[in-house]
Amino acid sequence: MSISPSESHASEAPAEPKGGVVLGNPASKLDLSRPPILEVDNLQMYFPVRNSGLIRRTVGYVQAVDGVSFQVPAGGSLGLVGESGCGKSTTGRLITRLYKPTAGRIDFDGRNIANYSASQLMPLRREIQMIFQDPATSLNPRHTVGAIVGAPLLIHKVIPKKQVLNRVQELLEVVGLNPEHYNRYPHEFSGGQRQRIGIARALTLQPKLLVADEPVSALDVSIQAQVINLLQDLQREFDIAFLFIAHDLAIVRHFCPEIAVMYLGKIVEISDRETLYNRPNHPYTQALLSAVPDVKQAAIGGRRERIRLEGDVPSPVNPPSGCRFRTRCPIAKEICAKVEPPLLQIGKRHKVACHFAGELGNHPTAPITAGMLGVDDQGNHDPGASPSKDIGNSPGFSDFWFDLKTRTMAKS
Amino acid sequence: MTQSESQIELLEPPPVGVVVEDKVAGVAGQSPTRLALGRFRKDRLSMIAFVVVAFYVVAAILAPILVKFDVIHPTALNPTLLNVDLGGVPNGAWGGMTWHHLLGLEPRTGTDLLSRLWYGMTFSLTIALTASVVAIVIGTVLGIISGFSGGIVDAVIGRMVDVTLSFPQTLMLLALSATGVALFAKILPGSQSDPLPNAVYEVLLLGLFGWPGIARLIRGQVLSIREREFVDAARLLGASRSRLYFKEILPNLWAPVLVQFTLIMPAYISAEAALGYLGVGIHVPTPTIGNILKDSVNYSQADFGYFFFPALLLAIIVVSFNLLGDGIGDALDPKADR
Repeated sequence: MSISPSESHASEAPAEPKGGVVLGNPASKLDLSRPPILEVDNLQMYFPVRNSGLIRRTVGYVQAVDGVSFQVPAGGSLGLVGESGCGKSTTGRLITRLYKPTAGRIDFDGRNIANYSASQLMPLRREIQMIFQDPATSLNPRHTVGAIVGAPLLIHKVIPKKQVLNRVQELLEVVGLNPEHYNRYPHEFSGGQRQRIGIARALTLQPKLLVADEPVSALDVSIQAQVINLLQDLQREFDIAFLFIAHDLAIVRHFCPEIAVMYLGKIVEISDRETLYNRPNHPYTQALLSAVPDVKQAAIGGRRERIRLEGDVPSPVNPPSGCRFRTRCPIAKEICAKVEPPLLQIGKRHKVACHFAGELGNHPTAPITAGMLGVDDQGNHDPGASPSKDIGNSPGFSDFWFDLKTRTMAKS
Repeated sequence: MTQSESQIELLEPPPVGVVVEDKVAGVAGQSPTRLALGRFRKDRLSMIAFVVVAFYVVAAILAPILVKFDVIHPTALNPTLLNVDLGGVPNGAWGGMTWHHLLGLEPRTGTDLLSRLWYGMTFSLTIALTASVVAIVIGTVLGIISGFSGGIVDAVIGRMVDVTLSFPQTLMLLALSATGVALFAKILPGSQSDPLPNAVYEVLLLGLFGWPGIARLIRGQVLSIREREFVDAARLLGASRSRLYFKEILPNLWAPVLVQFTLIMPAYISAEAALGYLGVGIHVPTPTIGNILKDSVNYSQADFGYFFFPALLLAIIVVSFNLLGDGIGDALDPKADR
């Protein structure tokens, strides 16, 4: 890891595994000195739903991603977690511009690429690449490994055709494959090896940002660790920023110093690793973390309280009013149905979208957001209140935040 | 609440640049095609069909050479071997079968039937092959475009398919035959009596009416292939449309294309015969299975061999091609049930 002078400011990394053998790579650390390479502001993706008649009218929209904002630092990584169908993959595909966003900004390296045309995107393809979830379908079964890894070079005409093979072999070596296997077909490799091929392809153009869409969820646990280590090594060696999409909380914790939790197309909590895993403030994050099996607890026979969420994720075609999580939230009150909670910064690097944000078992009884939103505690419009503008939902973190304990603005 | 403190158990990581697995270095890569070939070889019936088809094809290729070197004589007349009293039927049993004329002679002209069939096979197979290629190329290209593009393009191609399928193809072939052939005779070089204008007319019409089924089938396949992530990966690399169509998707379509080809070939061989019977297509003296059969029907009682051998030859090749197509289909897609 690049030791930068600012490392002392960086939030504390989780403890290294103790004991005789040091297992694997240490967890990635947060480097605050780097500027964001990617800034996403209020990104929206609505997929039209059409009826199946002769004349296909649009009858609604799947609000897959609805107002998501975050930053990814250059050479750093942001984790995006959430259950299936919450819009994580769509977000990844928006950033790689496989989809064109309905609204919002995608600032990559200072350029807003949200509305770029195909030809404008062409040079950008070299800088943003993607690692796909399932290596069984992300590699063309009829192409040799050499053709797959070399394709980016040929498409972008980076180097003369004669040198492509050399470069391909170099890349295969970088990802830990035998360079002599360039003329084999994907089906001759194991799942982990195939994922390495996918990684080699993504690396070919030396991107600045890699969107990893659940890169290890299709792999065995032992292979997962290898691939994660490889990604960490590559991140360090080539200074690649990662948007790491996953649903495995342990892996995200290891890989990403900062993590955003998504629910039904919105970010509900975004924070550095330590805060998120130890002091989550959103009831959804708390429920999500409580669902992670804990081997230590099981070994000593202790049982941790598990927060069970009831019901299913509501349909993104017709999401609940106000807070989207309220239908399954154990602490939802009247205000939650009426007013949508802003993504409020409540710590130095901690934002949460909840009217009753607080640590587990310590949620406030009165909504913390009511005053700022200009409503009373039940969520009705309060004519006397002066709502503050500009709360929440801008990418990045500000120097000021709302301190939950003192209920005042605080500064670092 | 105690949050999970589990650290991912990480195995000793392979350092960057070190080969992880190297157990089978030196084994040649097995492409999916090669694996399919292995499965095909194990299927005995398909192998027999393949041998028969290969025999026919080789014979058809050799025929013009044999004619040139005077080994077979598809146009040489033998009036002395015919029985003038019976209206020109050959002397002897089975249409004048002798060691010189293994399948006997044609009535009225006395040409060697084997020579005519052999040489006719060349014309029949060439017409069927060219028409199949026309149909397959149009069908595959339109199918890929239709399936991949979706939306309005898909709708337009879909309606083109519907219109073509509902067109009375045979009637059209018959009705336009005279004008069509005359048109091609004008455009194409060569004399009026050449078989070329007839052949071009037949090929074009067969091909232009044959693509819709293939286009529909390919479209269906493309609909499922385009959802696979490697297509997204290629788009992400900035691949052009033609690269997506022909480099990424087309190689995954060889199985259905090949199967369709081996199924449409026999259909066109018999279509050529049927059209020949209706008087469309290449005319005598150039032999085709179609015009031989047309002539032979008149002698089905007087000279049964003259009718039987061409029909048998046609039946064998059509059945063999169909079996071959089935076998290829099974070999390429082992998961599909019969």
